[in-house]
Amino acid sequence: MTPRRERRNRDSRGPVVRPYAVTSGRTRPTGAAIDMVALVSALRRVSIADLEPEQEAKLGPEHRRLLECCRRPVAVADLASDLDLPLGVVRILVADLREQGLVSVRQPAPSGLRDVAVLKEVADALRRL
Amino acid sequence: MPYGDSDSVPNRRRAPVAIKVLIAGGFGVGKTTLVSAVSEVRPLRTEENLSEPSALVDQLDGVERKVTTTVAMDFGRISINDDLVVYLFGTPGQKRFWFMWDELAYGALGAVVMADTRRLADCFPSIDYFERRGTPFVVAVNCFDGARRYPLDTMRAALNLTPDVPLMLCDARQRASSRDVLVALVEHAVVRLDRADPQEGSADLATPHRRQVTSAR
Repeated sequence: MTPRRERRNRDSRGPVVRPYAVTSGRTRPTGAAIDMVALVSALRRVSIADLEPEQEAKLGPEHRRLLECCRRPVAVADLASDLDLPLGVVRILVADLREQGLVSVRQPAPSGLRDVAVLKEVADALRRL
Repeated sequence: MPYGDSDSVPNRRRAPVAIKVLIAGGFGVGKTTLVSAVSEVRPLRTEENLSEPSALVDQLDGVERKVTTTVAMDFGRISINDDLVVYLFGTPGQKRFWFMWDELAYGALGAVVMADTRRLADCFPSIDYFERRGTPFVVAVNCFDGARRYPLDTMRAALNLTPDVPLMLCDARQRASSRDVLVALVEHAVVRLDRADPQEGSADLATPHRRQVTSAR
């Protein structure tokens, strides 16, 4: 099953740039864990223009693209898909932005969604699919 | 709400919610098919460090400096509304990617374990995993053309499932059938919450023993 899919996938040609080049070789994010459905939102009260020049210099084009994408809360997996970057790379970039105070990151609760009303809403919506 | 530490966004009915659902099962069981039948499929890849055993499998002689490998993941989204999105993640089937499972399962609403009656044992590791972790799951037997059909209770016995775990037949190619599997999972998660047994998270006491069963062949 998957082979055909993989063949179509542009990954099969291999990345043009080594994946961790955009993170300067770092393979682990700083700070607290970032889940693949953690929601990232840009904090409106801060912008890149407000940063000290030396802080701003640390932000690459991917950081800026990423910040553009999370004006509304967006899941880490969606960011990776939208920006065509590996999940691990996006986590590191998000952690950088968090460190600079440019985004907030909301992790899902470890035990999952426990709000029965929301779950019932989801079940109803799925039934209508 | 399901999220902790919240930096509230003004002018919103409520904080957005992202719901994670895992699609597990053996290689070629129809995980990709189910995800594409029922959700908007999105490209997603991850770079993972190769562990020792897989380094042997992947024959890295001559390319010793390659330490990560690209894993293309099954990933789909179902937007319920602006604030509520269900994300489907296919769990990579190969043993060497099992280290990713804990991360995938973190905070998940639950899992769909897909089974194929011709290779039933392929789904045992997934069932064992979610049982041990206390993650709500349903088992969906994908009805392949030409595969023999068995009564559900025969399959329940062969899978050694506890009575509370929903077991159903599905055709992963059919949107309606795949949707019904997801609905069953969400309903099962609701039932589990209603029961709200604090012991459930660590239910390794009552985990049934699952062997290589051949009786359903």
